[in-house]
Amino acid sequence: MFPPERVWWKPLDRMEKNWVTIAFIWCLFMTAMMPIWFFMGRQNVPVTSYRVEPQAFQQKVMDFAEQYKIGDENGVPVVAPPPGDVYLLARQWQWYPILQLKKGETYRLHVSSLDVLHGLSIQPTNLNFQVIPGYDYVIELTPTDSGEFSLVCNEYCEIGHHIMVSKLMVTE
Amino acid sequence: MAAEVAMPVNESEFRTCSATGFKVHLPAEALIKANAVAAVVCILVGGTAALLIAMTRWPAVHLLPADWFYRLLTLHGLDMLVAWIVFFEVAGLYFGSTVLLNARLVKPKLGWFAFALMVLGGALINIIVLMGKADVMFTAYVPLKAHPIFYIGVILFAVGALIAVGLFFATIAVAKKEKTYEGSLPLVVYGLATAAIIATYTLLSGAFAFVPALFWVLGWIPNYDPSVYRNLFWSFGHPAQQINLAAMVAIWYALAAITTGAKPLNEKLSRLAFVLYLLFINLGSAHHLLVDPGLSFAYKAFNTSYMMYLAVLGSMIHAYSIPGAVEVALRKKGHNRGLLGWLRNAPWKEPGFSALVISMVLFGWIGGVTGVTLGTEQLNMVGHNTMRIPGHFHATVVAGTTTAFMAFTYYLIPLIFRRELKLKKWASLQPFVFGAGITMVSIGMITAGIQGVSRRHWDISNVGTLPGTVYVSLTLLGIGALIAVTGLIMYLAVVLSSVLSKKQYDPQSLTLVQAATTAGSEAEAEGRFSPKGTFAIVLAFLMFFAAFYLANWWLLGKTWMVR
Repeated sequence: MFPPERVWWKPLDRMEKNWVTIAFIWCLFMTAMMPIWFFMGRQNVPVTSYRVEPQAFQQKVMDFAEQYKIGDENGVPVVAPPPGDVYLLARQWQWYPILQLKKGETYRLHVSSLDVLHGLSIQPTNLNFQVIPGYDYVIELTPTDSGEFSLVCNEYCEIGHHIMVSKLMVTE
Repeated sequence: MAAEVAMPVNESEFRTCSATGFKVHLPAEALIKANAVAAVVCILVGGTAALLIAMTRWPAVHLLPADWFYRLLTLHGLDMLVAWIVFFEVAGLYFGSTVLLNARLVKPKLGWFAFALMVLGGALINIIVLMGKADVMFTAYVPLKAHPIFYIGVILFAVGALIAVGLFFATIAVAKKEKTYEGSLPLVVYGLATAAIIATYTLLSGAFAFVPALFWVLGWIPNYDPSVYRNLFWSFGHPAQQINLAAMVAIWYALAAITTGAKPLNEKLSRLAFVLYLLFINLGSAHHLLVDPGLSFAYKAFNTSYMMYLAVLGSMIHAYSIPGAVEVALRKKGHNRGLLGWLRNAPWKEPGFSALVISMVLFGWIGGVTGVTLGTEQLNMVGHNTMRIPGHFHATVVAGTTTAFMAFTYYLIPLIFRRELKLKKWASLQPFVFGAGITMVSIGMITAGIQGVSRRHWDISNVGTLPGTVYVSLTLLGIGALIAVTGLIMYLAVVLSSVLSKKQYDPQSLTLVQAATTAGSEAEAEGRFSPKGTFAIVLAFLMFFAAFYLANWWLLGKTWMVR
């Protein structure tokens, strides 16, 4: 609170030096964790994305859903595509279509939005991604469990936000 | 305590503080009061909204309809994260640059102009949100559209704040020139200056984000890329919290000095820590963009680590140097037994002291640890937009900053408002009540988020796959909110009953409840004391930090493979 002595730039004492050193080593460790996991870990943030016109993306998803449709649930097609490129559209307030994937197979999940920002949250796996109109985000996904999962929108997208819940099926 | 120096300006504009000997510039004092009052009004409105939205997220109560939930959530974010804190910080900046330097505020009229802009901007935001014309959340992500008045309100508020920050720098420059203080700036003012520098580029980024948004809403520009907006918005939204951080740490040093007579252990080290904030903390903006399309690993990893976590290092330095200074001060007063005897004999009834400890512990152990973890590139995938995010920042901004600011208000009452603090017992108890409530809120949110509950979400009952235990977490949040609001009401009761009392009061001591203990000369003769207890505490903190951080990697390693 009060002005310091005229000369305040004094050397650190032993305890201060020790703490700063320990804390800095911890900082370096945390810094190293990210590239280590990037090269060795099995869960990394997807980095592939393309610019896309929202309308064009919607058309792509419609065509895709038509091609691999195996059923229908409340008007939303259930789609069982082979491993490879799969598409998911976020729009107010629906995920389209319902995907049925196979455990252990790798998919390139393209996800984008038709209108405002949405958030793709796969539960209870708890994987979360931002969905932005105009950007086709490519998530290389390999489900390691089977069963029925929820897709929750976790970015506020106006009044119907909380009804934007769908599912994702993973078969053995 | 304060140096007697020649005042080249109108002496009649000053009074001398009876407790500290500081010269108080009366026009500055009036502005400090006005901004502090505005801050308290904002926390009253924001707190009411907090209660209502928390009672909605508590599934057993589920109070509000969906539209009002989102509306009041928007209001809560703006009134608390921006209005309450920035008004209080402006009061703090005027206090630091005038009272602590015995200086005059250079252009009080400009200060009132800034205040008017901020009040007008804040009022416009509140009105348009309550009218239901801007249900866009604090973040107002394009292409969500709010009424143009919403953006105008934010811009006016930001311009007002920017003018206040400019006044702060001008006042310090003039004080230096007029030699109202000697040598270097006191550490508290140095910390406030760090906050003010961060505020400058933060508020400019806010303008870069919001001005095009206004033009876009008005139809003057056809497109506004949502990703570009997110980048610009977070260059404002995240550093805005770093202003709070720097201001809060400055206030920590002030509270430590007021309540225990602590002197900084090593000025160089503490100042270095502030410089680390200044240089690296803005990179934290990218924490919000970690699972966004369109950005590379290198960009995310570099920014998210604040370039090797050097800003985190700054916080860890303060985490050592502030309790260390308190420990040395208390040991000097003769509380020298064992590793933690000083802590047992500390002035726990003094609200400034208990608030300092509560604020530091909750900020570091909950807020800091979860923040660094969530802000790690890969780990963000299992936390982004879940309730872990508000869980984190309620520990930093509410448990940390707000607890410290509330306690600091108590000290402004005798020093600036010149009223005796009323309801002293309530004031002593208030940091504990508020701290306990916010801890429950924060832990409720964090554990709900770990189980997958989404933030900003009116109803989770239709998410069939959530485990039943999330209801335990959300109930904890609800009960915690009730306790925290009780703490807020106690704060308002203490502040209002004191400020509205008629009798002028000239304080004789800095402390409010417990007498200021003077350093015993006998103990002082024993020589240097080293903060052993603090060293043990920070080592324990680091262990906890590491355990939490590594547990999250383990959690990530269990999820699906993703690339």
